[in-house]
Amino acid sequence: MKKSLFDQGYLDEQFCQVEDLQDEASPNFVEEVVTLFLKDSGRLMSNIEQALEKYPRDFNRWDAYMQQLKGSCCSIGASRMKNECMSFRDSCGQGNVEGCMRAFQKVKREHAVLRQKLESYFQLLRQAGATGAATRSIK
Amino acid sequence: MASCRSLGGEIGAPAPHVLAVDDSSVDRAVISGILRSSQFRVTAVDSGKRALELLGSEPNVSMIITDYWMPEMTGYELLKKVKESSSLKEIPVVIMSSENVPTRINMCLEEGAEDFLLKPVQPSDVSRLCSRVLR
Repeated sequence: MKKSLFDQGYLDEQFCQVEDLQDEASPNFVEEVVTLFLKDSGRLMSNIEQALEKYPRDFNRWDAYMQQLKGSCCSIGASRMKNECMSFRDSCGQGNVEGCMRAFQKVKREHAVLRQKLESYFQLLRQAGATGAATRSIK
Repeated sequence: MASCRSLGGEIGAPAPHVLAVDDSSVDRAVISGILRSSQFRVTAVDSGKRALELLGSEPNVSMIITDYWMPEMTGYELLKKVKESSSLKEIPVVIMSSENVPTRINMCLEEGAEDFLLKPVQPSDVSRLCSRVLR
């Protein structure tokens, strides 16, 4: 499943860098970071959504919020979501409200898909871990 | 990954203590993970204000690594306050940013930053810091 996440462009090499930081001292590091990302990105998207409504054509504000979200995406290797964030910022730079709105919908979609895929991925990992432990105990 | 503890330290000496400053919880987690994997002891805080509070009470910070763009106090402003303080000015300060803005980088380096890292920070960036900053 992990390979498909990379092959389909949801994740990039940065995710591998995060995985490499997981060790015996921090056995759940990747899942912890992803959990932080999903929570933080949800909050940031909510901020953006409110800003789009409350501050019409405030491209500087919109861009500043999206810069934060893009930064988080880069940090965990959320590649497709990062690209949609960049499209949004491009539209801000062009003063294109419709472009921003379209791009933001794409950001939300990518976030929802990525959340689902990552949650499935970690669920599989947990199941594999439980199966491995059970197998070892039977042996 | 190379251990910073092995660089010039006595056997049994405590690991260098790094203060990481970033308002992003994700980036704090990642930079803390990278620093810990390089055998640093890490304290991570979410603002320049909290960083200064900690620096006032913790005497043994070997390095500060801070995000540039933070609300209320930017990493640059934190850098300036550290360099203006007689008790803190010798602490190396490294700035991180997701944006490659040459004027920003030069401004930080001229103010006394040891280095300016582009995010996402890589373990190799930290290894390089070890050998250069923590001599």
